[in-house]
Amino acid sequence: MQQLLNGIFIGSIYALFAVGFALVFGILDRLNLAHPAVFAASAFIGIELVTVGGLPFWAALPAVAVVGALLGLIVERVAFRPLKGRPDAHFAGLISSIAVAGMLIALLQWRYGAETRRFPADAFPATRFDVLGAQVTLLQVVIVAVCLALVVGLTWLVARSRLGRGMRAVAENPTAARVLGVNVDRVTATTFAISAALGAVAGALFAMNVNSAQLTMGSAIELKGLAIIVVGGMGSLPGALVGGLLLGVAEVFAVQYLGSAWRDLIAFALLFGILLLRPQGLFGGRRARQV
Amino acid sequence: MAHRGPALLAATVLTVALTACASEGGGSGGSLVGEGTGDDCTIASPVPVGAALSLTGAAASYGESQQKGLELAAEQLNAKGGVEYELTVEDDQTDPKQGIAVFEQLTAADGASVIIGPTLSTAAFQAQPIAQDEGVPVLAISNTVDGITAQGEYIFRDSLTESQVIPQTVAAAKAEYGLEKVVVMHANDDALAEAGGEVFAGALDAEGIEVADTLTFSVADTDFRALLTEAKAADPDALVVSSLIEAAIPLVTQARELGIDVPIVGGNGFNNPKLMADAGDAAEGVVVGAAWNSSSDNPENTAFLADFEEKYGAQPDQFAAQAYTGLMLVDAAVRASCSGERDAIKEGLGGIEGAATVLGELTINDERDAEHEAVVQVVEDGQFAVLD
Repeated sequence: MQQLLNGIFIGSIYALFAVGFALVFGILDRLNLAHPAVFAASAFIGIELVTVGGLPFWAALPAVAVVGALLGLIVERVAFRPLKGRPDAHFAGLISSIAVAGMLIALLQWRYGAETRRFPADAFPATRFDVLGAQVTLLQVVIVAVCLALVVGLTWLVARSRLGRGMRAVAENPTAARVLGVNVDRVTATTFAISAALGAVAGALFAMNVNSAQLTMGSAIELKGLAIIVVGGMGSLPGALVGGLLLGVAEVFAVQYLGSAWRDLIAFALLFGILLLRPQGLFGGRRARQV
Repeated sequence: MAHRGPALLAATVLTVALTACASEGGGSGGSLVGEGTGDDCTIASPVPVGAALSLTGAAASYGESQQKGLELAAEQLNAKGGVEYELTVEDDQTDPKQGIAVFEQLTAADGASVIIGPTLSTAAFQAQPIAQDEGVPVLAISNTVDGITAQGEYIFRDSLTESQVIPQTVAAAKAEYGLEKVVVMHANDDALAEAGGEVFAGALDAEGIEVADTLTFSVADTDFRALLTEAKAADPDALVVSSLIEAAIPLVTQARELGIDVPIVGGNGFNNPKLMADAGDAAEGVVVGAAWNSSSDNPENTAFLADFEEKYGAQPDQFAAQAYTGLMLVDAAVRASCSGERDAIKEGLGGIEGAATVLGELTINDERDAEHEAVVQVVEDGQFAVLD
């Protein structure tokens, strides 16, 4: 029971991170590799908001989301928009987003140094619950609740709202969407902003969950995020959610039954296994792209 | 990808540093032999002392302390007069490859008479052969793994090994808490943490304490909940953990979150005030063996505490104390034959016996390891207190 909960806590953060990845990939067909850098940056910024700015952690989360959204806009403007007209825009955007990621990390190191940083020990209430013999902290409940709320909210946004309709139109065919009066540039920028905001919240929650933030934390979760969106079905939001939870639980049981060194092996074995059984991913439709 | 940025930056800095050294001609002349003996020794040119410390990366918090300890010692020794020390501190970025580059620079371009460091044993194993081949004495100030000094007759250390400290820690913890059954957890991809795990296993065996389970993790891990849940299931009297401070803090915090309230016995990596600063209440009940007793009232120690507090406005930790002692031992070695040359320092370090230091009465034994008394501490009210 405790192990299952452990898996769900870490898995929900993976899911939130992967949903941000999947959103940009599903709608815009772009792989944004600056996403992990935003993840790391927001953890450090969140810590600074709490330690220096004196914000309580529940107020720091929305602030981090706003900062993340701004970073997302910058990433879109710097790494993707100048290249959008090129025939190789997919690949060029991928490479330029790696470049932006490198710059973000270098800026972080300049600002915060290479040391591991942490939220202050008394940043969250130490309330603990006993659930069916398993220990759960209030913080962990908050993490799962925030992750689920954001993912569900996003799914609703894409499926129901006016912005979501614009997103789906762009995903279907950007040229046709433009002809029909959708402001493609604005939809693209908004998508990046939302995606990065989710990644940012995931970063701050991750740093709270494991009580440490490192410059390399983004690269550690990057491949997991990619594996999750492949497993979930490229660009599928519910797929990313289920894939994230699945990966979190799989890792925890890998640690329990095989040892910690097998953690990443399990993640990628899962990837291969699912690709063999279901090449389009768990929730992937027949089409290559889907929101 | 993302992690290349810092390396590139470092390469640039290193290039600049190398160029700067080259333009000065590098190394010092032959006037390192002085006149007089002991306290009256006078050497004309300054003795170049190199230090390879981890000032960035996972071990940065140790390296920072060490730098402060060394700088305080250099300041005091230079104020004393007769012999002047020219201290060059280089950053190995907690990266053994970078450690090799730093050692090469210190031995060749900077012409160091003695090298202090590196911070971590992992880097020491790879970098020290360079100094050994060049005949430059090395004084390790924080390395605790067995075999560090076995690399050659130029390698010394003033830090106690894990195998000197851990048996005392385990015995004291057993006496205090009546331990019968424990779970051992250690990182398996770092020389210090892995060797620490083995020494703990031996010490637990010697004390007749049952090891219910041995769990391993990676130095880079930050989420220990799955392992800790497994450890908790074994219902141990204590957790015995060998890891660096970076992993120790989240491990201790998460253990308390999962309701593991038994004592946590840590290796040398836990020996850091950051543990209490960052883990807060979770650190209560952590037992750590240490080479330095901060509350010792020997005159060297009381003076060190006061001087450090005055210079930096903070309390020193063991790493600062050992670094400070390191440069003091180098001074003793230089003054023994009044020469700042490499071989004279080597002879001098080997001859240190019963020296009065911050760490207590210290002797360098035939294996070139330090021998002095250890102390077992427990975290109480956010402070290290002596366990007795």
